[in-house]
Amino acid sequence: MLRIRLSLALAALMLLSAPRAFASLHVFACEPEWGALATAIGGGDVDVYTATTGLQDPHQIQARPALISRLRNADIAVCTGAELEIGWMPVLLRQSSNGKVQPGQQGYFEAAQQVTLLERPERLDRAEGDIHPAGNPHIQTDPRNMRIVAAALAKRFAALDPAHAAAYAQREQAFDQSLAQQTARLAVEAAPLKGISFVSYHKSWIYLANWLGMTEAANIEPKPGVPPGSAYIADLLGRIPALKARMIVYAAYEDPKPSQFVAEKSKLPAVMLPFTVGGTDGAKDLPGLYDDTVKRLLAGLGGKSG
Amino acid sequence: MNPQTKHALRRAMRGSVLALPLLWPATAARADDLADIRATMQAMQKQYQAELAKLQHDYDQKMRAMEKRVEAAEAKATSATAKAESAEKALTTAQAAPPQPAAPAPAPAPAAANGAPAAANAFNPAIGVVLDGKTMISSHNPNTWRLPGFALGDEAKPPPRGPSIGESEINLQANVDQALFANLTVAFENDNSVNIEEAFAQPTALPWGFTAKFGRFFSGIGYLNEQHAHTWDFADAPLPYLAFLNGQYGDDGVQLRWLAPTDQFLEFGGEVLRGASFPANSVSEALSSNHNDGVGAWSLFVHTGNDIGTSASYSVGLSYLGTHSKDRATDPVNGPAGSDIFSGTDHTLIADGVYKWAPNGNFALRYVKLQSEVFLRKEQGSFTALDFPGASGVSTTKNFASRWQTGFYVQGVYQFMPFWRVGLRYDQVDAPSLGSGFNGTTLDSMGVTPRRYSAMIDYSTSEFGRFRLQYNRDEARPDPDNQVILQYTVSLGAHGAHQY
Repeated sequence: MLRIRLSLALAALMLLSAPRAFASLHVFACEPEWGALATAIGGGDVDVYTATTGLQDPHQIQARPALISRLRNADIAVCTGAELEIGWMPVLLRQSSNGKVQPGQQGYFEAAQQVTLLERPERLDRAEGDIHPAGNPHIQTDPRNMRIVAAALAKRFAALDPAHAAAYAQREQAFDQSLAQQTARLAVEAAPLKGISFVSYHKSWIYLANWLGMTEAANIEPKPGVPPGSAYIADLLGRIPALKARMIVYAAYEDPKPSQFVAEKSKLPAVMLPFTVGGTDGAKDLPGLYDDTVKRLLAGLGGKSG
Repeated sequence: MNPQTKHALRRAMRGSVLALPLLWPATAARADDLADIRATMQAMQKQYQAELAKLQHDYDQKMRAMEKRVEAAEAKATSATAKAESAEKALTTAQAAPPQPAAPAPAPAPAAANGAPAAANAFNPAIGVVLDGKTMISSHNPNTWRLPGFALGDEAKPPPRGPSIGESEINLQANVDQALFANLTVAFENDNSVNIEEAFAQPTALPWGFTAKFGRFFSGIGYLNEQHAHTWDFADAPLPYLAFLNGQYGDDGVQLRWLAPTDQFLEFGGEVLRGASFPANSVSEALSSNHNDGVGAWSLFVHTGNDIGTSASYSVGLSYLGTHSKDRATDPVNGPAGSDIFSGTDHTLIADGVYKWAPNGNFALRYVKLQSEVFLRKEQGSFTALDFPGASGVSTTKNFASRWQTGFYVQGVYQFMPFWRVGLRYDQVDAPSLGSGFNGTTLDSMGVTPRRYSAMIDYSTSEFGRFRLQYNRDEARPDPDNQVILQYTVSLGAHGAHQY
């Protein structure tokens, strides 16, 4: 009887000392894809705040007061890096008064550091538009990148929060397996897209094109971040037949008008892609992002705009 | 029961099960030797099995990591063959950033440029240059510009007529070491003079949400004050900034800020300053007097803000600036020979508010920004002027305490398509009368409330270049002045990040 009581008391003690109902890691995610990934790996052990939505241009975010206070209370900032956030993240970092999340610390995680970046510019000159010296930062459109980043992020979570290291590793493994299965399934479904050329609004799709074996043949922006003039669009329209492009692709956060105009004039379907989690209703999470992207591309190949 | 509680309970159960053997030490003690040996062997076996499992797990992990990298490399190779002309480029990229070795490093080491020796300039600070030029056409002489009722500093005036390069600014910044960050901003003025605008260092590792700045910096009071003038939405400072802060308040000293650990942005700050800029003037006194602590200005401020849904956000603040003056010479009209002299104290209060809205919070396409600041000031001390009634060329000194002088501006900016914005602004200041004893002096407001109406349109070539056309109907003087300002702002080098 005494033993039972003792063990009950011990159990109660353990219950009290166990982590309480709040999460042990506070995550500040710069973009929705990293928020979704942090949630997938962290589960109930993390509390994720996502600074931007899928309908916002990640290049042009205001250093809002809410972001400063959220970053101040974060244990880790999970961002794309490769200078995607250069217009706003440095201000947040400086004003957040939080030593834990400064570059170089364990609490500062750049996804672009984990994968090999493509489209590293050969000429570093602002005359080339809004270019990123380290390479194209829009890595999330390829699920294989996501798997590499997931493994690195789980390790980082474990380093910051060793008590839940096993749980992070377990969730990462589950995430990785399910994404591997999904990628295998999508490879079959997306087979018709192989070898297909498309024209996109912004240079955002090299990783997607790479994954599905497609070609991003031209951009509607004459240079990254520079809106097209009528002369440039006329020139592009003249070039499109030779490019053998089958569709015009633009991101959910972008102004659809220029893309739809080019699509209409060149008699090609205009395909809006989610670009990240939350970009479309179908892209509720990372699996949804890849499913919806392939679905929309296939619909575009079938000649349907949307 | 919510899942987190359930999780915690499960952990606790597991914990108590593990603890059970400890509760029965007597059982273990009664075991004979053979059982003891068996137990030891079993334990050893278990340990080996665990280690083997761990090894296998690690190996699996490594294999998985390797697989992923191979896949990525394959993908890249595919693209390289598909795009023959870009193959060479991909190869260079691959050489520049080889895939990380499969062996897990303790920390992800950044891919260093292999073998390239670090140049002596590898640690050079980030360099940014801003050229901010203006051209003004006005119906009145800008040199006779006045705000009736206010003694003004030397910067409180419209931009000069005709084309001028305005201010050319060079900014250098970098981390000093693991503990400090520093920033230097040098402004080359239109008249070829050099002005150190900001020169400060900032500890980067203070705990509990504190930050500090020491050196020369723009005070954290108000909203516009801390931002560099070339980031403002109009080509000139609002009237209350001209009247109360000589355009913008920067000074030498120390600033301490504390950011509260709340989801609502809430920041408190304070500064202790030398008092070297208008409305302060206490440097000469600090140098000459035996009883002076060298502090000529001090400030306190609080700012709070948050999001309102995903589309909107706001920030509001309340600031106080106290300044001390001894023999402060003012009056841009008469020049130093005919200066007004003021000794005393200014208490300035500022309330500021900013509201921003964009559809879905996407500022790339369209947005609205509304902002306003309200100023209140009490000035007390002694005023010496050449032109007191009946003074006839002999300067006379009079003591006075002003009633609350007021000023405010309200403005709105609308980006109606990417790179194109329009804006409207109204600003005014008001100095209540000091009585007939001050008639005819600078402090005589002549019953006038100086006010101004402004409209602007600007076009940006990118984040780094902007042209602005602004019209002011300036009613500071009895006869309204029509001003047209053409401004260009270009930024070179390091990518400046903009404050809210």
